[in-house]
Amino acid sequence: MAQTLYDKLWESHVVHREADGTALIYIDRHLVHEVTSPQAFEGLKLAGRKPWRPSSIVSTPDHNTPTDHWDEGIKDPVSRLQVETLDANVREVGALAYFPFKDPRMGILHVVGPENGATLPGMTVVCGDSHTSTHGAFACMAHGIGTSEVEHVMATQCLVQKKSKSMLVLVNGDLGPGVTGKDVALAVIGKIGTAGGTGYAIEFAGNAIRSLSMEGRMTLCNMAIEAGARMGFVAVDDKTIDYLRGRPFSPSGEAWDKAVAYWRTLHSDTAAEFDKVLTLNAADIRPQVTWGTSPEMVVAVDGRVPDPAQEADPVKREGMERALQYMGLQANTPITEISIDKVFIGSCTNSRIEDLREAAAVIKGKKVAANVKLALAVPGSGLVKRQAEEEGLDQVFLAAGFEWREPGCSMCLAMNADRLEPGERCASTSNRNFEGRQGPGGRTHLVSPAMAAAAAIAGHFADVRQRA
Amino acid sequence: MDKFERLDGLVAPLDRNNVDTDAIIPKQFLKSIKRSGFGPNAFDEWRYLDVGEPSQDCSQRPRNPDFVLNQARYSGAQVLLTRANFGCGSSREHAPWALLDYGFKVILAESYADIFFNNCFKNGILPIVLPAAEIEALFQQVLATPGYQLVVDLAAQTVTRPDGKILSFEVDAFRKECLLNGWDDIGLTLRHAEKIKAFEEKRRLEQPWLFAQ
Ligand code: SF4
Repeated sequence: MAQTLYDKLWESHVVHREADGTALIYIDRHLVHEVTSPQAFEGLKLAGRKPWRPSSIVSTPDHNTPTDHWDEGIKDPVSRLQVETLDANVREVGALAYFPFKDPRMGILHVVGPENGATLPGMTVVCGDSHTSTHGAFACMAHGIGTSEVEHVMATQCLVQKKSKSMLVLVNGDLGPGVTGKDVALAVIGKIGTAGGTGYAIEFAGNAIRSLSMEGRMTLCNMAIEAGARMGFVAVDDKTIDYLRGRPFSPSGEAWDKAVAYWRTLHSDTAAEFDKVLTLNAADIRPQVTWGTSPEMVVAVDGRVPDPAQEADPVKREGMERALQYMGLQANTPITEISIDKVFIGSCTNSRIEDLREAAAVIKGKKVAANVKLALAVPGSGLVKRQAEEEGLDQVFLAAGFEWREPGCSMCLAMNADRLEPGERCASTSNRNFEGRQGPGGRTHLVSPAMAAAAAIAGHFADVRQRA
Repeated sequence: MDKFERLDGLVAPLDRNNVDTDAIIPKQFLKSIKRSGFGPNAFDEWRYLDVGEPSQDCSQRPRNPDFVLNQARYSGAQVLLTRANFGCGSSREHAPWALLDYGFKVILAESYADIFFNNCFKNGILPIVLPAAEIEALFQQVLATPGYQLVVDLAAQTVTRPDGKILSFEVDAFRKECLLNGWDDIGLTLRHAEKIKAFEEKRRLEQPWLFAQ
């Protein structure tokens, strides 16, 4: 029978099946960071249980670590304790790889996994972090879990799961210049809403998706969770295989050939059926900017802030009014007239080398506008940082007036010192524009790296297509 | 985990769609390495007028009189009534920990975000899905009736309104059993340890690259 990619991934991981369809699913890769793991390690110890397969663990601190003054260590004592707790726990339990604070390979887990070849096609990848869906770009079944499940995976190497429904998001045609994986992600969320993917695993396909680099696909799968989906993934093709060749934990020699032969089977069969299909025309997707406090509150850069008065549903209308009030925006304002205070280029959505290249191409030889108080460029990992520096991108950012930081989550969630002050408005390449996400009272607009760069130069949102 | 069987509890209405986990428990409180003590910081940014910091005495902080949970009539609520896509955003289990520590044992909503929904069951909170029309009717009744209580019976899968109307709800059979018995699901999974080992060995032979050391 014709199978979807999801069917293949699911079936190859079922250890045990209950009569009601609940299954025990084997976990190949467990990514562990400092925020969601301490209670799990503690639980394991209290119950006197041994970790099942520590060599499935790849770990690094990322959420709490500072992005500057590394010589001074972690100043916040509460954050420091959390990072030290991770150090101690991983040292005790063991791992395939651990990149502690300041290690040259430290970084955001969802950047670190793929770039080290620790994320391989056909794997189940889990992490106590919702953006684990990122790894779906490699045809993995990858999703976030809570701390109880972190403990469950450590103790049993399995999770109790029910299969989701399948959705195919087909993006046909060619993406226009200046339109990126981020814009595709936001356009999909704008179309189906933040709950539109609830209960589904989404496969992204179509030639516009094929045309995306692995970085672009990671950005897209990263944001599948913002559409409410359990996970998002893309089938294996030559780009997947080329990306993985020669990475530290990728197989080599004979094992490589055997692996590649298997990976090539990781796509949906032609006749496979999905529970739901959504089709988008790539040519219709323009650079996107969010205007509200949920990723579904998004319009194209040449659009305007919507008017709640036009919304028929009273609960939605009230939500829009509340969002506009929080964001300090008037209905019908053209997006390009919204001026900004800060710019953040980083996060597991958009901090890979290609993202930095795209942003640098826009700002090269220009200066950050006078009204922009702070523009941050935060590479996703130590390896990305080094590569960018080898290409001279750091100099482009610095010459324009950006700050060039050490890797980490940074102002994506503002657990460290990088944050917005109340009322400040930010063009951000991260993934969430919730109230207070980048600091209490902060106002976040989600955009692609090129659009963030264009906004930094203009001092307000600007259509990157007109600046190229 | 505590058992959940039946509850007769006061209902508090949180009339919003898309309440995210950053709103339920803001990130600064995630620095804790403990599981408990998050209740005073549940909905911190909505509940208080100042900016909350970890390890602070919340009893002295200025409260936002406009936030619904600060109204005296909802004090001691154990059932949270809300709208669609509750618990969206991050995977933080600190969100159900905070709700539980605050006192909520049941949530009623049109829909939930996936990871949050899972996390509730792991902590003895029952998240119930009801159709939009029933949620709307409950909102009207709660707002009109001080001291509005609901009886939630997990075994029977029913919510009983004060006017006697019975609303039934669906719940996954396995999760229901776990909640009713307060089972530890790691223990349940480990009953299959031999099967897991056999699966792992086969996988190691077929795809040895997954087992790099
Ligand atoms: S970069 Fe942001 S979204 Fe990604 S893992 Fe870090 S905090 Fe989470």
